[in-house]
Amino acid sequence: MPELTPALIYGVTGIAVFAIGLVGALCAQDRLRRVLALKLCSVGAGFILVVAAWRDPPDAPDPVPHALVITGIVVMVSATAVALALIRRLQSLEAEDDA
Amino acid sequence: MMLDPLTLVLFAPLFGAVAAFVFPRAAAAVGLGAVLVTCGAVLWLAQQVLAAGAVTVALGGWEPPLGIALRADGLAVAMLAMTAVVGLLVSASALDALREARQQQYFWPLWLLLLTGMNGVYLGTDVFNLYVMIEVIALAAVGLTVLSGTREAVRAGLEYMYASILGALLFLLGVGFVYLQLGRLDFEGLNSAEPSGALSAALALMVIGLLLKTALFPLHFWLPAAHANATAPASALLSGLVVKAALYIFLRLSTYMPLPDEILITLIGTLGAGAVLWGGVQALRAERLKLLVAWSTVVQIGLIFIAFARAGQIGLTESWKAAALLILAHGVAKAAMFLAAGRIKDEVGHDVIRDLDRSSIRPTLAQFTFALAAISIIGLPPSLGFIGKWSLMEGAMAAGYWHWVAVTMIGTLLSVAYFSRVFAGFLRFDRMRGELAEHKGWAVADIAPLTLALAAISLGLMATPILSFLELGYPFGATP
Repeated sequence: MPELTPALIYGVTGIAVFAIGLVGALCAQDRLRRVLALKLCSVGAGFILVVAAWRDPPDAPDPVPHALVITGIVVMVSATAVALALIRRLQSLEAEDDA
Repeated sequence: MMLDPLTLVLFAPLFGAVAAFVFPRAAAAVGLGAVLVTCGAVLWLAQQVLAAGAVTVALGGWEPPLGIALRADGLAVAMLAMTAVVGLLVSASALDALREARQQQYFWPLWLLLLTGMNGVYLGTDVFNLYVMIEVIALAAVGLTVLSGTREAVRAGLEYMYASILGALLFLLGVGFVYLQLGRLDFEGLNSAEPSGALSAALALMVIGLLLKTALFPLHFWLPAAHANATAPASALLSGLVVKAALYIFLRLSTYMPLPDEILITLIGTLGAGAVLWGGVQALRAERLKLLVAWSTVVQIGLIFIAFARAGQIGLTESWKAAALLILAHGVAKAAMFLAAGRIKDEVGHDVIRDLDRSSIRPTLAQFTFALAAISIIGLPPSLGFIGKWSLMEGAMAAGYWHWVAVTMIGTLLSVAYFSRVFAGFLRFDRMRGELAEHKGWAVADIAPLTLALAAISLGLMATPILSFLELGYPFGATP
């Protein structure tokens, strides 16, 4: 059994979070839930990058992955906004058709 | 800072996108201008690559692994050129095809953003930048998908969005693992890395993400609806260009990274074979013209992966060229075909295949264009599609992998069969009784798709220079 280092714990957590999101994104029916599941995936992927920044104290953490994660967050915020806008549009189109 | 073509190729469309968004009334003029500037920059870059082999620029003077470098070699410039030319002609036809001011206003910023992302992918040299670029492409492509604003288009666009974001996130997860192991993300670092199981796992994640984005069977579920319901210029861009971005990254990664083991390559080829057969059957069943064309994209993607796998691991040093030829051929021909299909739908008023021969209007030139594009996609000589298919089969035969030859043959027969369904409608006149409506059979708007279709055919005659151009700066790993 490998030693439980912080890097390993965080890494496994990241994969687990991503996996939960993946299941949701593939299996959920509700449109909003699928968006949220994708958000979870991005959190999981970000987790892995943050772990990559880990250095045993007192070494300072590696700043590059932090920059990458911030970029990833920005990308995901825009993607979420687009998805939500599409969902709203689709709902109003469907409401028109039903009316 | 000196202006260099690499930077210009990336930033001309980006600034164009911003300008087109800020000045919506001049969007079309700004858009066309930016695409023209990009074309010029690609020409300039092609000259440099011809003279010096691969060209590299470190943005802002920061060298990798910290900074971002752009690199152009033969393959990258070939893709850039294909994108620029297809983009220019699609732009020209968008002037006519998009009649609503609202669509024009949103088309140009989205398309220029898409062009930025595509060019960024071709020139990128580190995997994180590729992730950012495929997200840029995804957002722009989804915007283009829903441009028509119909319920079906929005629904398909949302499905596309889910698939696209999930693909990108799988890629990002792989990027995270790569950084965890190597501490760097540039191609040079990947190239010099020791092969290990963990690195292969990271690569597998990235590849799965890319396969989802490029819609390789069985991950193609989002493609037909998205491509069939978009407006014609958007469909042409989505089918001709967008799916190629992920394919291109796949091509690059597979040569940079210690992926290829024989089983994996066979698996990829098998998925490609599945795409050829399943897509072919679905195209035979499709009721609408644009849906048929969209399914044929699924088939062609499969074919490109077969080309990649045609001679197994040892053949990879040559197989990527067959795949690249097919990518170029499909980009040009499929854009022509979607534009022609859009023209036919515009003139006839619908695109139900069964009723195409009942129309009193005969858009003859658009139908001719469609047929020319089909010749390249089916792979008849002398088209570029033929050269691609030929080099696929040649390599497979030389390696003794006859099963790939068989699948390609079956796929070719299927494509003849499903395109014949459309040609039959074009050629039959007897179903229509009464006066033929007044229509001269062609319009100025047919020129752009016709040019593309003629290019798809005639580029086949230039296969030798194209092939030697692709090899400039190869192997990818070597930096001059």
